Amino acid sequence: MWEYTDKVKDHFINPRNVGVLTDADGIGEVGSLACGDALKLTFKLDENERIREAKFQTFGCASAIASSSALTEIIKGLTLEEAAKITNEDIARYLGGLPKEKMHCSVMGRDALEKAIAHYRGEAEKKKEGHVVCECFGVTDLEIERAVRENHLHTIEDVTDYVKAGGGCGNCHDSIQEIIDAVWKKGHIQKEFPLRKLTNIQKIKLIEETLEREIKPALKKDGGDIELVDVDGDRVFVKLRGTCATCAASQVTLKGYVETKLQELVLPQLVVEEVQ
Amino acid sequence: MMDVIYVDNNATTRVAPEVIEEMLPYFGDLYGNPSSMHTFGGTVGRKVREAREKVAHLIGALPEEIVFTGCGTESDNTAINAAIESNPGKKHIVATRVEHPAVKNLFEHLSKKGYRTTFIPVDHQGRLDIDALEKSLTDDTAIVSIMWANNETGVMFPIEEITQRVRERGIVFHTDAVQTVGKIPVDVKKAGVDMLSLSGHKIHAPKGIAALYVRKGVKFTPFLIGGHQERGRRGGTENVSSIIGMGKACELAVDHLKEQAGRVKTLRDRLESGLLKGTPKALINGDREHRLPNTTSISFEYVEGESILLMMDRLGICASSGSACTSGSLEPSHVLRAMGVPFTAAHGSIRFSLSVYNTEKEIDFIIKELPPIIAKLREISPFWKPEIPS
Repeated sequence: MWEYTDKVKDHFINPRNVGVLTDADGIGEVGSLACGDALKLTFKLDENERIREAKFQTFGCASAIASSSALTEIIKGLTLEEAAKITNEDIARYLGGLPKEKMHCSVMGRDALEKAIAHYRGEAEKKKEGHVVCECFGVTDLEIERAVRENHLHTIEDVTDYVKAGGGCGNCHDSIQEIIDAVWKKGHIQKEFPLRKLTNIQKIKLIEETLEREIKPALKKDGGDIELVDVDGDRVFVKLRGTCATCAASQVTLKGYVETKLQELVLPQLVVEEVQ
Repeated sequence: MMDVIYVDNNATTRVAPEVIEEMLPYFGDLYGNPSSMHTFGGTVGRKVREAREKVAHLIGALPEEIVFTGCGTESDNTAINAAIESNPGKKHIVATRVEHPAVKNLFEHLSKKGYRTTFIPVDHQGRLDIDALEKSLTDDTAIVSIMWANNETGVMFPIEEITQRVRERGIVFHTDAVQTVGKIPVDVKKAGVDMLSLSGHKIHAPKGIAALYVRKGVKFTPFLIGGHQERGRRGGTENVSSIIGMGKACELAVDHLKEQAGRVKTLRDRLESGLLKGTPKALINGDREHRLPNTTSISFEYVEGESILLMMDRLGICASSGSACTSGSLEPSHVLRAMGVPFTAAHGSIRFSLSVYNTEKEIDFIIKELPPIIAKLREISPFWKPEIPS
């Protein structure tokens, strides 16, 4: 039995914006029957290039339907630039969290949105870059790498939960492990975010700035907030406030979002911990 | 507790009130150890003996051929381990592609330990390729373990025909009959099996009690090594109350066999035809001719099983799905894949499994409520086109 939030159940039982817009500006289709879930997203823009209407059709489990429904609600009224920034975490957060095993449903939403925006902009359908690692579900190394980095994944099981890779025959497990190792151990981050030399003062200041500029606004959208309590070496102690404090998915937010952001923008070795 | 319509009896069953009543004294005043020398324990021992006789009677065995175990999985593991331990020179083991994980995963485990495994395929109706089975047998084969009836589709294999071919080669034959016993008449002598697993909680006894039939004369090595219980074939103090419960459940099962073949089958057929009539693009998985009377696996094309289950759950209808939407692995069950059920159908498969406790009113409720659920989910599905011909 799955433990779904009331919001997931609500969006599953009463999905919003079901259907297809006949003269849509953007169309994004992802997934297939073989994969076990699929989503068709269509949207229409108003004169200011804001998304006026969005509709979806989904084949899949309850959380796939709820994620799609949530996606259409989230993007309504956004400009394309704003919509392009929506992540799978945003979808999961909107629903009050998804079971870890079901995170791939939110990833599917993000992918459909990306495709629909690319379709509107007339960008040629991006050929799948990289090479296919998981033959069962047709997942490439670059897709796995992105999921690993964006969602801070550390195990093959995590990767399967987010992008399904490895969930079939299991032959690709070694390759997935190599990608995970490459991202976290073999200096992949360091390549992208070169190791900085920061004094303690600089580090704390930068953490504070990043919290103010990047993290707080995102959390406040959902009525949450965060407060920096202390920094000890590479350990960052924070307090979650507002709805975050009582949210069942707060640990996901903390590790999957706050920590990732700080690692990306301040220092890759930072670890975020919550103090009560 | 909400009212439920329970049509998931291949998962587990209600404990019969008569079984509970029979068990209760052995949780209370009658707590003696059946192995003790004193009369107090001996009384309990006699009751365990009676239970063993009842279990044996249900499947046409001798009481001393029954070994009580903790679950169906333990029975399966015990049987397979006994066969390979007793045939140390033989390194080949045979099962089917549609076995329960209790056999399938043990085989995969053994293959890592150096055993050569063969999984016999089934056709699109779930029928076993008996020629392939025969061809696979060698002098090196230690055991053939083939389920009697499939838990997902209810398809039954022709066990008698299979055992003839296996036993004439002198190979040990085990069958997982956990889904079969209590639903159709089972006679171990007629079937010609060496070992047979059955489980209590599938026949209205509690969970945590099962049995393994071991034909007299079959070489046996215990799986749990300990005391002299179960004639040295399974160490550990007996789960007395549950054994007594299982005995009672087997007695009831004998009485219910006619009802299974009659009323339960009629209800299953009513459910099946009602749902097929009410829903376009729905189809039955498996060989309808050779099937358990209580089971049906129906695929509703273009929708996904978990969604159907959760919608039914809101109405108190308990069934199960053939697509394991657990974790990211959205692959449909190995049973449906082995049968080559197309993806359009495999993901939307639902198993209904009835018992003698189901009523016509319940079945009619499902026939009324499920088609609109399917229609609603299809409306959401990008693959569903109403004009798709049935």
